[in-house]
Amino acid sequence: MSHAFDTLLVANRGEIACRVMRTARRMGLRTVAVYSDADASARHVREADEAVRLGPAAAQASYLDIQAVIAAARRTGAGAVHPGYGFLSENGDFVAALAEAGITFVGPPASAIAAMGDKSAAKARMHDAGVPLVPGYHGDDQDDALLKAEADRIGYPVLLKASAGGGGKGMRVVESAEAFQAALDGCRRESRAAFGDDRMLIEKYLTQPRHVEVQVFCDSQGHGVYLFERDCSVQRRHQKVLEEAPAPGMTEALRREMGDAAVRAAREIGYVGAGTVEFLLDSSQGQDGSFYFMEMNTRLQVEHPVTEMITGQDLVEWQLRVAMGEALPMAQEALTITGHSFEARLYAEDPAQGFLPATGTLNRFELDLAGAGLEPAQVRLDSGVASGDAVSMHYDPMLAKLIVHGDDREQALATLNRALAALDVQGVTTNRDFLQRLATHPAFRAAELDTRFIEHHEAELFAPRHYTAEEYASAALVGLHQLGQERESDSPWDRHDGFRLNAEHTIRIALCAPDRIDDADALVTVEGKRAAPGDPWRLRIGDQAFDATLQPLDGDAVAVTLDGHRRRLQTRLVGEGRERNLVVMVDPRRETRLFWRRIDAIDHGRHEAESTLTAPMHGTVVTLLVQPGERVEKGMALMVMEAMKMEHTLTAPANGQVESFHFQAGDTVGQGDVLLEFAADE
Amino acid sequence: MSVLTSQINPRSEGFQTNEASMRAEVGRLRELTAAIHQGGGEKARARHESRGKLFVRDRIDHLLDEGSPFLEFSALAAHEVYDSPVPAAGVVTGIGRVSGVECVIVANDATVKGGTYFPLTVKKHLRAQEIARKHRLPCLYLVDSGGAYLPCQDEVFPDRDHFGRIFYNQATLSAEGIPQIAVVMGSCTAGGAYVPAMADESIIVREQGTIFLGGPPLVKAATGESISAEDLGGADVHAKVSGVADHYAENDAHALQLARRCVARLNWQKHGQLAMAEPKPPRLDPEELYGIVGTDLRKPFEVREVIGRIVDDSAFDEFKRTYGDTLVTGFAHIHGHPVGIVANNGVLFSESAMKGAHFIELCAQRKIPLVFLQNITGFMVGSKYEHEGIAKHGAKLVTAVACARVPKFTVLIGGSFGAGNYGMCGRAYDPNLLFMWPNARISVMGGEQAAGVLAQVKREQLEREGREWSAEEEAAFKQPTRDQYEHQGHPYYASARLWDDGVIDPAQTRDVLSLSLAAAMNAEIEDTKFGVFRM
Repeated sequence: MSHAFDTLLVANRGEIACRVMRTARRMGLRTVAVYSDADASARHVREADEAVRLGPAAAQASYLDIQAVIAAARRTGAGAVHPGYGFLSENGDFVAALAEAGITFVGPPASAIAAMGDKSAAKARMHDAGVPLVPGYHGDDQDDALLKAEADRIGYPVLLKASAGGGGKGMRVVESAEAFQAALDGCRRESRAAFGDDRMLIEKYLTQPRHVEVQVFCDSQGHGVYLFERDCSVQRRHQKVLEEAPAPGMTEALRREMGDAAVRAAREIGYVGAGTVEFLLDSSQGQDGSFYFMEMNTRLQVEHPVTEMITGQDLVEWQLRVAMGEALPMAQEALTITGHSFEARLYAEDPAQGFLPATGTLNRFELDLAGAGLEPAQVRLDSGVASGDAVSMHYDPMLAKLIVHGDDREQALATLNRALAALDVQGVTTNRDFLQRLATHPAFRAAELDTRFIEHHEAELFAPRHYTAEEYASAALVGLHQLGQERESDSPWDRHDGFRLNAEHTIRIALCAPDRIDDADALVTVEGKRAAPGDPWRLRIGDQAFDATLQPLDGDAVAVTLDGHRRRLQTRLVGEGRERNLVVMVDPRRETRLFWRRIDAIDHGRHEAESTLTAPMHGTVVTLLVQPGERVEKGMALMVMEAMKMEHTLTAPANGQVESFHFQAGDTVGQGDVLLEFAADE
Repeated sequence: MSVLTSQINPRSEGFQTNEASMRAEVGRLRELTAAIHQGGGEKARARHESRGKLFVRDRIDHLLDEGSPFLEFSALAAHEVYDSPVPAAGVVTGIGRVSGVECVIVANDATVKGGTYFPLTVKKHLRAQEIARKHRLPCLYLVDSGGAYLPCQDEVFPDRDHFGRIFYNQATLSAEGIPQIAVVMGSCTAGGAYVPAMADESIIVREQGTIFLGGPPLVKAATGESISAEDLGGADVHAKVSGVADHYAENDAHALQLARRCVARLNWQKHGQLAMAEPKPPRLDPEELYGIVGTDLRKPFEVREVIGRIVDDSAFDEFKRTYGDTLVTGFAHIHGHPVGIVANNGVLFSESAMKGAHFIELCAQRKIPLVFLQNITGFMVGSKYEHEGIAKHGAKLVTAVACARVPKFTVLIGGSFGAGNYGMCGRAYDPNLLFMWPNARISVMGGEQAAGVLAQVKREQLEREGREWSAEEEAAFKQPTRDQYEHQGHPYYASARLWDDGVIDPAQTRDVLSLSLAAAMNAEIEDTKFGVFRM
């Protein structure tokens, strides 16, 4: 059977669709995108040679609609389909349907997907193939005493898990033999309630597990190699945030041992194409080197670029060649690791609000490498969006991946921070600052990694920002510089130079922290004075003063000099027209956001006792919790809305009462919609 | 346009001496200005601040657009005039940009004698209104004043250009379509009550502003009624009951924000019509004016060196360059505005006067604003000149200057003596604005000349009486006159009495003229009708 194809349909969206098409184009293939109504003008559609509509926005009716995808492939003459990750990438029915239609699936055979799809069956097979598993008990005999004996054998702490479980329900860590029975009873209760099934399994609980995965590749001619490992320990809610390759502290021996185990696992199930074998690596003291099979992902992983960066290989090209029936481009011995790579996932979400997904329009989405002093070879941005694109509530909130390469971990990490600083995203809240907090955290720099990294360092990672006088001064300088640029006419009255006769020119810049924007009392006023235009500013903030100059550099970069201390910053003013007032200043260690309260944006009037509550994002109203007119105290829950499968509770801003609700349970609300009228007490 | 080149040598001793002396003068001016900016002293400031009120200059900063220039008038008003200091005459006036509109601001400084009106306070307030009328600029009154300064009532109340004229002006300015907006930020008692009452729109600050014709003491005395100032005429009364005020502000900052909104809603359009060019800075460095001009009026300087440091691109097209060359006339741009420049470069002769009259006619015909750079000892004297009719030729220039209805701006860059002052658009000729450099002197003639004239008269008298007059005696006789002229001709003396609109740093001249010209473009340039030119 000939596998040759000249047209590739990518059954995905976002950055991965763009990334796959990039390689396909380079290989001379015609590219076909598919899209839902929400994505009709999305970047992956714009970049494709052809694009076919699948259906409405909901993924079920578009990207997950197997028949629609196959119809699109037929219509465009696509000989192969690349599934990306997510959506249909690990769907056996899809693979079977494609085979039936005579279309090549760029991925493993349906049998391999099925073999890894059933987690416990997979573990059993891996055990037989000699792949190490987390010590545990997965038997059908559920006698209490037997379970206890198994736990004793495995050694505490152990993890009790509902066999049918998921999402953390029916799961408990048992620290000692004495606590086992009570935990078992509790788990069974929860499990029965949640799943109608109280069968339990027991696993060794690793106190400092690291998530280390091995990239494997097999062709249809029986060859298999591993392209080394990635460490993906930094996760939140089981979602990876920062990944790197190679894994810190890895020895050559362990790398070979894990790599061989991974290839063995792939071979065992007749794997073809790109796959990832995930292991837990026990990094607790005295446990270095123990690794246990977790699962195998039968697709190209989100974080595959870090492997590409250190091996110099294009994994999508490998996938396509393997799909065309070719042999693997390289043998194991020829593969080497060069340097170190990180990937940071940029999500449209608000870390400060429990990672609540964010939506909106990306007024700007740029990576200013020149301004950050970075070489293009050091940084790669895999993005599914561009300036002007909308970020909807329909799909995964990941916008892009920032991938960097350096000679060693330290250098790559420094580059990552610089690159994060150079990333300018406006219009949609992202985790950019959070990524920077993570990447600059001393424990991360010291590679003290484990899968609960974010929980362990929560206090520092989520600490509220304090602003120094230097930061206020720098932000004021950005404002002063901006004022000098704003020119509505040639009139000398439009020069914004703060001219004063026979006196120093004077301009005041009022600043406030982004969370104090409605509080006129929270304004910090920086007074800038100078003898004449062109002179340095003398900036006064309270009782502190600085001699200050700002020098524009490349792109967004500026040099701010305060009392002779020069700092290079990426600076931006976010917003449009007169609303251009959020000063974002980023250096390779942190991001500072301060609102420059333009004169007509400040409300000096006493705050009216009335206030309104608006929807933080697009979603639906779940329930109203109080009656109109009912007395409530500040902080009491008023209503619950749901968006992107997450509940969001709106609370009373002050003591008072709800005058009226504008929506009822079940109603759809748009971001910024006024949800209710609230009257605060005088 | 032809570009002026400089002949000066900044390394020459003369230049360096000039520069040092002018720099010292400018330094003194800045120091004095800084002191005046402090208002009425520490105690008054502390009391003002404790009431939650902003200082007058902070109020103006809150009112102005961010980064807006503020072209303040007559900061030296009342300087060393009264027995005790009345900095800036207790009222800050000037042009600033509010919501994109150039406005005249008149703001009482309550830290100076409670913001009461001294004679020069009245004069300064009226001058600001006159500037508003001439330039067609909306007026914003930030009122915080106890009304007339009672001990000086005879110089404040009864005459035409006294207190009552303020309200006359408000009415007639409003009638001309020039908006009048009052912000009541303190007391507005008696006559002062008419400022908000006569305004087109008024704003009052809660628990700060009061408006009443008679304050609580007067009410008590007149009717026996006991009432607090707040209950008599506070913000709640006027915004909710009487309707005297239109907008209720929570605090100073809020009031000023409301004032900005009032201006934003004026539907303001400029009526000026000039063919603008792209503004370009001068090629020659304005700071070199210090070394060129210096402070010794006896040392002449080439006025083109001054022009080249004021006009765009240092480009100047001269008119009649080779005729009547003691008066330099020509066209240039200042910050993009076309202007005609009339500048002294020596004593005025008949030819120079006729040339000036001709040039002013050209500018009036073409509606080009005029800038006069005065450095004039006067018209030439002597039989030759009288016989050729220098008086009638001088009269042509004076007629042209008086009648030209284009915006006129005068800067005294040196001497301003005698009829030269008239021909070069002195205060009496109604220039839109008039400024002095710190080295300038103004008097009917130079101190030396006056002393000489008086000495000559005295000598003739003594000779008639057959008495001797020694050189020492003559010198002693002349000195008081010299001293008097030096004292009264000094820019601070002049500015204190509002003979000008301010003493300015020569290096800021271009900025001042730019702002003035741009502000003047709010008004339409009218047609000129000249009087009879005696031929």
